[in-house]
Amino acid sequence: MTKNKPVFFMGINLRKLRKAVFSKTTLRGIVAIIATGFIWELCARFEVPIIGMIPAPSSVFSSLLAQIQDKDYWECWVYSYDRVLSGFIVAQIIGIPLGLIMGMSRNFRDLTFPTLEILRPIPPLAWVPMAVIFWPTPEMSIIFVTFLGAFFTMVLNILGGVKNVDVRYIRSAQSLGSSNKDIFWRIVLPATLPSLFTGMTVGMGITWAVVVAAEMIASRSGLGFLTWKSYVAGDYPVIVIGMISIGIAGYISSAVIRMLGNRLTPWLKII
Amino acid sequence: MTNTQHKSPPNASGLISDAKTAGKISIRNVSKTYDPDGVNVLALDDCSLEIQAGEFCVIVGPSGCGKTTLLNAIAGFHDITSGQIDLDGELLCSKDKQAEPGADRIVVFQQGALFPWYTVLENVVFGPSVQGKMSGPKAKKAAEDILAQMGLQGILHSYPSEISSGMRRRVEIARAMMNDPKILLMDEPYRAMDALTKTIMHKNLLDVYDRSGKTVFFITHDLEEAIFLGTRVVVMTTRPGKIKKIIDVDLPRPRDFRILASEHYLELKKEAIESVHEEAKKAFEAGERELA
Repeated sequence: MTKNKPVFFMGINLRKLRKAVFSKTTLRGIVAIIATGFIWELCARFEVPIIGMIPAPSSVFSSLLAQIQDKDYWECWVYSYDRVLSGFIVAQIIGIPLGLIMGMSRNFRDLTFPTLEILRPIPPLAWVPMAVIFWPTPEMSIIFVTFLGAFFTMVLNILGGVKNVDVRYIRSAQSLGSSNKDIFWRIVLPATLPSLFTGMTVGMGITWAVVVAAEMIASRSGLGFLTWKSYVAGDYPVIVIGMISIGIAGYISSAVIRMLGNRLTPWLKII
Repeated sequence: MTNTQHKSPPNASGLISDAKTAGKISIRNVSKTYDPDGVNVLALDDCSLEIQAGEFCVIVGPSGCGKTTLLNAIAGFHDITSGQIDLDGELLCSKDKQAEPGADRIVVFQQGALFPWYTVLENVVFGPSVQGKMSGPKAKKAAEDILAQMGLQGILHSYPSEISSGMRRRVEIARAMMNDPKILLMDEPYRAMDALTKTIMHKNLLDVYDRSGKTVFFITHDLEEAIFLGTRVVVMTTRPGKIKKIIDVDLPRPRDFRILASEHYLELKKEAIESVHEEAKKAFEAGERELA
């Protein structure tokens, strides 16, 4: 009995995790990654047209060894994370209550939804020039467009979540003697949590896409700028390092949100 | 609020109470017209029915005959167009006043409505907790007692998604009984279950009923279930819903599966089938006409 009992660490089922990590699928994946790296290396060495222009893994790796000892490289991480988190957190602080109120109050929804729907299709990056004009510092304008990236997704997901709360649960709670306050805190909010975390996951992805582009356009720091600067300087291996770093940074952010989501919605048992 | 006026008796477990004195429902000349897209649909047409305190009243009838409409009016989920419904001699709802949903009339829904984000224990203490009727530890103790009485002690900290549908229904009844309601309103609670699980559910529900003496208002399509459980079986006509026939089920209690083979049970079942079949046929033909 105890042998098959799941062991949990920070909401992760360790037994399942171990089983998933040490498997044939993992082995095949590792083999495939090594093979891809090998083919890539060959393409670079033999100067295959187009694709051979990408710097070889060996040169990327030696450049990486230099980068990770460079304080500037880590500063790029700090700058980008700082912007992503600032924009993302402000989007949560404004977006979550707004989505909830829009979902709960028909009047409020009627008043706010049309404006939101007109602004929503404008891609966050299209805001960059205007943002640079109306925010006092370039930093604030970058955070602002980052915020936009997560904000609309949050509001729409939460609004959808609230509207989809099954009327059975609300009626059942009323029948059990709930006040409107109880219905909000004990029914609507937990029922909306899964949509909220979907919104966060999607929003975090958009946030990284936006911050990288914004850094290329309007900033002199961050991982996006690192990538762009290396292009301008002709330091091709660092371009690859910048790209991979952005990928890793985005992945870590999503993983943290997933973990948080799994913890706060234990009844869903995703893992 | 009705639930604050209704003081629960000293035995806080809630299963045994002032049985047979509370939970009398008088439905008088109730009609309900729905008005979707300006097309008037008469769902209930001049229904009158007296449900005695402690009675197990089963409502059967073809789909769309207004069974759930009647239940929703008693529960306070929507209003009625004319007539009135009293609970224990006090006006519950009329054409000018929609009933307020409350813990004296608890609904058990067709697809079940345990809150998925709460554990079994958290679900069962929900009523007393939101009403502020019991302290946390006291409510927890009472919940554990009720769950144990129903043979559900092993799943206190499981989420509803982790237990079987049969267990979920029993937990839901436990959650209702925690509030010591005057009446249980059950809307086809066992509809999607297989025959075997159903018999276990029936046994369980009859245990609770025999022990508590609560009034039960039970909607179903299943006539065997209706006669096995009910004190009276009320057959409703196809839309607009009227009361067509009331079958007194004078089978002795406590009942168990053996009565399913008794001659009297089979006679009653035949009576019910004939009565409902007539209505089902009318409903089917009306549906055909609408489509034609």
